[in-house]
Amino acid sequence: MGDPLFWHRLQFGFTATYHYLFPQLTMGLALVIVVLKAMGLRTGEARYNDAARFWIKIFGINFAVGVVTGIPLEFQFGTNWAAFSRFSGGIIGQTLGMEGMFAFFLESSFLGMLIWGEKKLSPKGHFGAALALWIGSWLSGYFIIATNAFMQHPVGYTHAADGSLQLASFWAFVLNPWALGQYAHNMIASVVTASFVVAAIGAYWTLKGIHLEQARLNLRAGTILGLIFSVLVAFPTGDISGKLVAKYQPITLAAMEGRFESGPRANLTLVGQPNVAQRRIENPIQLPAVLSFIAYGSFSSNVKGLLEFPEDQWPQNIELLYYSFHIMAGLGTIMIAITGLAALLLWKNRLDTARPMLWVLMLAFPFPYIATAAGWAVAEFGRQPWLIYGLLRTIQGGSPTVNAGHTAFTTLGFAGIFVVLSVLWLFLIGREIAHGPVSHSQKA
Amino acid sequence: MEMLWFWLVSVMMAIYVVMDGFDFGAGILHLVVAKTNEERREVLGAIGPLWDGNEVWLLAGGGSLFLAFPKVLASGFSGFYLALWLVVWCLMARGISIEFRSHLEDGLWRHFWDGAFAFSSVLLPILFGAALGNVLRGVPVDGSGYFEMALWTNFRQGPQPGILDWYTVLIGVFALVTVAGHGALFLAWKTEGAVHDRAKGLGMKLWGAVLVLWIVASYATSAVNPGIFHRLPQAPLGWVASLIFLAGLGLVFVGLKRERFLMAFLGSGAFILGLLAASAACVYPVMLRSTLDPRFDLTALNASVGSHGLRAGLVWWLIGFPIAIAYLTFLFRFHRGKVKAAAEGEGY
Ligand code: HDD
Ligand code: HEM
Ligand code: HEM
Repeated sequence: MGDPLFWHRLQFGFTATYHYLFPQLTMGLALVIVVLKAMGLRTGEARYNDAARFWIKIFGINFAVGVVTGIPLEFQFGTNWAAFSRFSGGIIGQTLGMEGMFAFFLESSFLGMLIWGEKKLSPKGHFGAALALWIGSWLSGYFIIATNAFMQHPVGYTHAADGSLQLASFWAFVLNPWALGQYAHNMIASVVTASFVVAAIGAYWTLKGIHLEQARLNLRAGTILGLIFSVLVAFPTGDISGKLVAKYQPITLAAMEGRFESGPRANLTLVGQPNVAQRRIENPIQLPAVLSFIAYGSFSSNVKGLLEFPEDQWPQNIELLYYSFHIMAGLGTIMIAITGLAALLLWKNRLDTARPMLWVLMLAFPFPYIATAAGWAVAEFGRQPWLIYGLLRTIQGGSPTVNAGHTAFTTLGFAGIFVVLSVLWLFLIGREIAHGPVSHSQKA
Repeated sequence: MEMLWFWLVSVMMAIYVVMDGFDFGAGILHLVVAKTNEERREVLGAIGPLWDGNEVWLLAGGGSLFLAFPKVLASGFSGFYLALWLVVWCLMARGISIEFRSHLEDGLWRHFWDGAFAFSSVLLPILFGAALGNVLRGVPVDGSGYFEMALWTNFRQGPQPGILDWYTVLIGVFALVTVAGHGALFLAWKTEGAVHDRAKGLGMKLWGAVLVLWIVASYATSAVNPGIFHRLPQAPLGWVASLIFLAGLGLVFVGLKRERFLMAFLGSGAFILGLLAASAACVYPVMLRSTLDPRFDLTALNASVGSHGLRAGLVWWLIGFPIAIAYLTFLFRFHRGKVKAAAEGEGY
């Protein structure tokens, strides 16, 4: 507790995880809104625009919280991770700068038009604002993921005379293969989040027997998008993420799977508890040779275990890594099953009356949030003990002049602020949901 | 290349102050110029669609600083640790106040957010001004390239000053009054009726105060950093900047007199932009002056990254900057004309 690094890490992890709860929904929702506005334009039916209007309200509230929680993250690079910033600013400053220039300006300029401009703009113009916001938020996602990907798998750099990192190849850095894989997986996951939220609201209204036309629309949209993207998040993108880890961070892969011994025909653990002290996995249920296949594409490939690596290169929290990974992948499987079943009922035209299924859809919306938070835990704890993989250890990255007391104080400050923000968010979102969609004809 | 980036970063930061400055100003005056709920929604409606974009200049400017001079960012941000978090928390409170206030038709709810909005808008320019004061005065950077400062010590100058001393507080007050004046002109331009009249009246008084404080602040600056103005005569950009801020100051008063509020607002923007650019010209190439020893100064030359990074950054900067300006122009055109409070349930 007297160690400033402990607080720096806690503060960063806590604030980043909290921030990401909001963009995770808004990025996916931006796509849903574009789709709804496009359907409205094509069919000329009011119900699509009514649905879009409701989701734009939800989007606006989430966006506001996303903005105010994103600003402190940007500052933390300098305040809490000064040595890291000094070392790598020449590289990651590029993507962070581009995010402001190319993404945040775009988003902030068109947000107001999307939320308040429907009457002032033509239908095409309003669709354009939705499109701009979608592009802006997905660009922002790319730049931030590219920044993170450099920390996971540094490319395109050289060392300057004083040892710090310098850009050697802009394109190698921006088109980091790790960034491409991580981006695809992460963005698809954000659409899964939005689909589950849309479906949950549809299910809630159906079960309550209110706003029935809108409820049907939301149920359909949420279920169909949910199934497509839940499949995509596992395959091919989750699979690609796993292969990237296997290739560039084999120690992390071993820790994620709780694997200590090396060898070919590696088993995939479905259930079991890693026991790091004893160097084994307790009461495992395993699929033979499947891990070799998933990681390297052939059942006979050798998958290295932790014991093959020096212990000072192991991630520090192997248990957490293992559980986080299994929670993410497990929930991914469950979500495919849920949306698959719902889609089947939808196809048979029985979803509106299948009350147990509606209950499940209504209550399942936290799953993508949990899976995503767990996924980031895999990425960030898996990167340990490195801050920039193979180049800078986390213990070398903190601010040398900031003491533990100060960081503890600001971390607690954030805890307080986030409690207040959460209460406000719940209250405002709850009101919107109770209020329901407003149709234009009704209001005029 | 380092010099170019020094200027790019300075210009981005100056644009930030001009842009967020007017919405800070609107916030400072919020409780004074707008009394009824209608009037307050007018003020918020005037800045509502703009404030987030304005704040992005801070993020983009910070990004430029990070990319070109990471050592300055690392040293400055960690050295001002607690003060910076105060800034960030105020920025958060402000954003939430603007966005959440009009969601609920409830008197107490709205009074609360009005208060939070005004409070954070007052505190922020003082803190930003004090930060500028610290940069002009110097901070105790040592041989490691880092420094650590208490929020305040004894309010006097010396090798180990606090973040707040008499000088930086003076600059903070100067900043507060200047952005309040800037915001008054913005509101006078964008609103009508009672808000307009009050903003107009305050504009005159505030700009008189700006004039006085400007002279005092310049004198104080040369007292704490002797020699700071010596560079000015040799720096052509410093001349240009000085002309801009003097012209801006003239426009403010002419505009106020002739009731041409757009002119006055542009004038106050030019005043702020020019004054900051002239300060940058005075300190160039020093970015963080050391109060301990000039050898420890962090300068554009010893704190920059290699030339490949600067060149790559310049390419996308030259693409991105015009796009950002284009959005800005579009946004102001889209929201042109006087604002009116929107119907309940819509707008800010
Ligand atoms: C809806 C959320 C969700 C779901 C269902 C899944 N993931 Fe995931 N996963 C993420 C959301 C996510 C994420 C939050 O988006 C992460 C964190 C970092 C990143 O870019 O994506 C991530 C990271 C991540 C990583 C770590 C990459 C790294 O270390 O940087 C791997 C190996 C996988 N995923 C693999 C999978 C597999 C094999 C899944 C099988 C079903 C799976 N994910 C489902
Ligand atoms: C581009 C995006 C991101 C960057 C650049 C980034 C960077 C960092 C940095 C600098 C640290 C502190 C050093 C460390 O302990 O390793 C950290 C830790 C952490 N981050 Fe991220 N992060 C990003 C995104 C996220 C997101 C979205 C989440 C969660 C949803 C997250 C979760 C965490 C956690 C949990 C830690 C603590 C890890 C530990 O203490 O070992 N990060 N990250
Ligand atoms: C450590 C990493 C992160 C930093 C420094 C960061 C920074 C920021 C900042 C400053 C904002 C406010 C922008 C504004 O004023 O308009 C913001 C919002 C946003 N961020 Fe983050 N962010 C981080 C993690 C992430 C991640 C991992 C993603 C997604 C992949 C993401 C996506 C977004 C999006 C889409 C927004 C727009 C606001 C919203 O939709 O809620 N951020 N972020």
